[in-house]
Amino acid sequence: MLIPLIPEIGHFALILALLMAAAQAVMPLAGAATRRPLWMAYARPMATGQFLFLVVAYGCLTASFLLDDFSVATVADNSNSLLPWYYKASAVWGNHEGSVLLWSLILGAWTFAVAHFSKELPRDMLARVLGVMGLVSLGFLAFVLITSNPFSRLLPNPPADGADLNPLLQDFGLIIHPPMLYMGYVGFSVVFAFAIAALLGGRLDAAWTRWARPWTNVAWAFLSVGIALGSWWAYYELGWGGWWFWDPVENASLLPWLAGTALIHSLAVTEKRGAFKSWTVLLAISTFSLSLLGTFLVRSGVLTSVHAFANDPSRGLFILALLGITVGLSLLLFALRAPRVSHQVGFTWLSRDALLLINNILLVIMTVTVLLGTVYPLLLDALNLGKISVGPPYFNALFVPLTVILCVFMGLGPLAHWKRTAGRDLVRRAWLAGAAALVIAALAPLAYGGEWNLKVSLGLVAALWVVLPLVRDLWEKSRHRRGRLAGLRRLSLAHWGMVVGHLGLAVTIVGVTVVSNYAVERNVRMAVGDSVQVAGYTFTMTELGSRRGPNYVADAAHIRVQRGEAERGFVMTPEKRLYIARGMPMTDVALRPGLFRDLYVAMGEDLEDGSWAMRIQYKPFVRWLWLGGLLMAAGGILAVIDRRYRRTATARDPERVAAASVREASA
Amino acid sequence: MKRRLLLLLPLVGFLVLGGFLYQGLSMNPFDRDSALMADPFPSFALTTLEDPSRTVDESLLAGEVTLVNVWGEWCPTCKQEMPQLLDLADRGVRLVGVDYKDTREKGRAFLAEFGNPFEVNVFDPDGDLGFELGVYGAPETFLVDPEGVIRYHHTGYIKPEDVTQVILPEVEKWRD
Repeated sequence: MLIPLIPEIGHFALILALLMAAAQAVMPLAGAATRRPLWMAYARPMATGQFLFLVVAYGCLTASFLLDDFSVATVADNSNSLLPWYYKASAVWGNHEGSVLLWSLILGAWTFAVAHFSKELPRDMLARVLGVMGLVSLGFLAFVLITSNPFSRLLPNPPADGADLNPLLQDFGLIIHPPMLYMGYVGFSVVFAFAIAALLGGRLDAAWTRWARPWTNVAWAFLSVGIALGSWWAYYELGWGGWWFWDPVENASLLPWLAGTALIHSLAVTEKRGAFKSWTVLLAISTFSLSLLGTFLVRSGVLTSVHAFANDPSRGLFILALLGITVGLSLLLFALRAPRVSHQVGFTWLSRDALLLINNILLVIMTVTVLLGTVYPLLLDALNLGKISVGPPYFNALFVPLTVILCVFMGLGPLAHWKRTAGRDLVRRAWLAGAAALVIAALAPLAYGGEWNLKVSLGLVAALWVVLPLVRDLWEKSRHRRGRLAGLRRLSLAHWGMVVGHLGLAVTIVGVTVVSNYAVERNVRMAVGDSVQVAGYTFTMTELGSRRGPNYVADAAHIRVQRGEAERGFVMTPEKRLYIARGMPMTDVALRPGLFRDLYVAMGEDLEDGSWAMRIQYKPFVRWLWLGGLLMAAGGILAVIDRRYRRTATARDPERVAAASVREASA
Repeated sequence: MKRRLLLLLPLVGFLVLGGFLYQGLSMNPFDRDSALMADPFPSFALTTLEDPSRTVDESLLAGEVTLVNVWGEWCPTCKQEMPQLLDLADRGVRLVGVDYKDTREKGRAFLAEFGNPFEVNVFDPDGDLGFELGVYGAPETFLVDPEGVIRYHHTGYIKPEDVTQVILPEVEKWRD
C-alpha cells in the first residue's frame, strides 16, 4: 500500500526537516540574544527532530533505489535492475541529488551528536552553536529542495529500466569514500559553529577551544581517511597506478585538510596558552569555508574535472549565494568582533609557540598555493589575461619544497618548551636524531636502489627528522623507576596521538618518495605463453578467456607471476569489462598488494592477432601512502580518547577554566 | 582602528574570490567558446610522438576537416574519452592528437593500452602548442576546417552521445 508512496514520504520528511532546521536556527539564536531560556531550549529538540526526519528522507531514497523504482528520476539515471544490492544502496550518493542529501544527513548527524554530547555547555553557548548549525542546514536543505530534489518523478511514463551507475563508481572504494569525506567536510561545521557562537557571545576565551577541540580532531581524522581512500580508489580504479592527480576535486578535499591541520594545532595553542585567539577563530571559519568552497567547485561545474557531475548554472549560483552569505557574514562578524587588543602572551622565537606559529603559517601558504592553482585558470580567464593550464608540475614544484620546510620545524616542535627554550638545550636534544637522519637518508638510496639519489635522500631525511627526535624524546620521557614500560604507560594518550599523527605524515612521505623514484612500468604486447620480466618478477600469460558478471561481460587474462625459476608463484587476473547498460568499457586492474611493493597488471587493447597490450607495474612502498593517512587519523582519534582532553568546562565557572589553563601552561 | 581594518582583510579577500567565482559560473568550461574561434590554427613546429626525427607544422591540418584532440597520459578523463575517439575514427573522421605535457614513453604506452585513433600525434612536452591553443587541461578538442581555420571547440570529455549528436554534425558542416 505504502510502497508506491515512498518517494513522497521522503519528500515530505525532507520538507519537515527544513522547517525544523529553520526553527533550530531562529529560536535559539534569538533566545540567546534576548536571554530567553524558553527560546534557547528549542535548540536540542529541534536538532533531534531534524535529524530524525533526515534519516526518514534518506531511508526513503535508499528504499527507492533498492526497490528499483525507476519512476524516480535519480534512480532511473543512476541505477539498474541488474546492479547488485550494495551498489544500489551506494548509488544513492553516486549522483548529485543523493550526495547533497547525504551531505545534509551527515550535517544533521553532527548536529544531533553535538546536542547529545554537550550537556555541560552553558545554555546560551549551546543555543548559539546549534543555532548556527541550524542556519547552515537550512541553507543546504533549501538547496536540496529547490534545485536538486532527489525525489522528483518521471511520470506518467517511467522508463522500464535504469541507465545504470557509472561503472567507475561500482566499487568498494565508492561505497566508503564519499561518506568519509563528507563526515570530514561537514564535521568542520562544528568548530565553525563554536567559533561563530564565541564571536556572537563575545566570549573569546580559551573555553570555546576546549569544547571544540575533540570535534575538530574527529572531523579531521575522517577527512584524512576520506582523502586516503580517494587516493587509493584512484590508484586501482582509474586504471594506471597514479595516486594523486592534482585534480580540482582532489584539491577541494585537500584544502580544508590543510587548513584543518593548521586549525587543530592552533586550537591547542589557544587552549593551553591563550595565544593566537583571533588567528584560531579565523582558521575555524576558513576551514569550514574551504569545505563549502570545495562543494561549490565540485557541484557548480566551473572547473573541468573527472568528478564534476552536476553542471547546472542555477545550482552553481545557489551554492555560490550560500557560500557568499555564510562566509561573508562570518568574516564580517570576525572583523567586527575579533578581540581588538591581542592578549599579550609572551614567547620567544625559540619556543613551541613560535614553532607552531611558523608551521601554521606554512600550512596556510600551502593552502593558498593549492587554492590558487585550482582557481587560477578561472581567475585569468575572468580577467581576460589569456588562458593557461595548471598541472601537476606547478603543484609539485611548490608543494614538495614547502612540505620539506614544514618537516624541519615539525621535528623541532615537540622538543621545544612552551614560551621559551634555551637554544643549547634544543641542540642537545636534537643533534643526535638529526645526525642519524642525515646518515640513514644518505645511505638508504645506495642500499635500496644501488645508487645515490638526491631526491630520495631529501624525502627520507625529512621523514626521519620528523620521527627520530620523537623517538629520542620518548626514550627520555620513558625513564621511570619501575622500568621503561611503566614510563611509557605514564604518557598521556594525547601525547601518543601527537606521536602517531606525526609518524603518519613521515610514513606518507616515505611512501611518496620511494614510489615516485623507484616505480617500474613496462608496456608490453602479450599473447598466451609469452613471458616478461619486470623488477625481478616473471609475468607469464597462461590463459585468455571471457567471463560474465552481473551487469557486464569481460575478457580476462591469467598471468602467472614468479620470483625465481623454482617458485610456484601466484596468478593475477586482470579484466577488460564492458558494462552492458551504458556500453562503457572499463579496465579492471589485477593487484598483488604488499607492504613493501605492489604488483599491478592492467589489460589494454585487444591487438587482433590474439595478443593484448598489457601494462605491468612494480610499485614499491605505495601502501605507505595510505597507511600514513590512517596513522594520522588514528593520531587524531587517540587524542580525543584522552579523558583529560575531553574534560569539559562547566557553565558556571569560566574563571576556573582560565585558571586551569594558566596552571597547565606554567607547568 | 588600524587593527580593525586589518581584521577586514579576510572578508575583502573572500569577496574578491567570490566575484571571480560568480563570473566563472557564466563561463561554463564545457561550452566555453575558444578565443581562437574562426582564427587560423596557431603555427607550430614540433616533432611527432611516433618519430622524434619527423617535424610537423600547421600545414599538417590543411586539406581535410580534422579533429585535433589534446590529451596526455596523466589525464584520467582522456582514457574515458578514447572509445568515443575510436568510434569517430571508425566513422571516417580524420583525427590528429596533441600529446600534451607528457613523456614520449608514457604517451606511446597510453596509445598502446587504450587504442590509437590518431593519424599522427604531435608531441608537445612543454605545452607550447597547448598554450597557444589556450588549453585549460585535457582533454580538449578543436575542429579545423580544410583551410586550417578553427571552427569548433569542445572542452572536456566527449560523451558517447556527443559523437553523433554534436561532433559528427559539426564535421559534416565544414566538409567540402
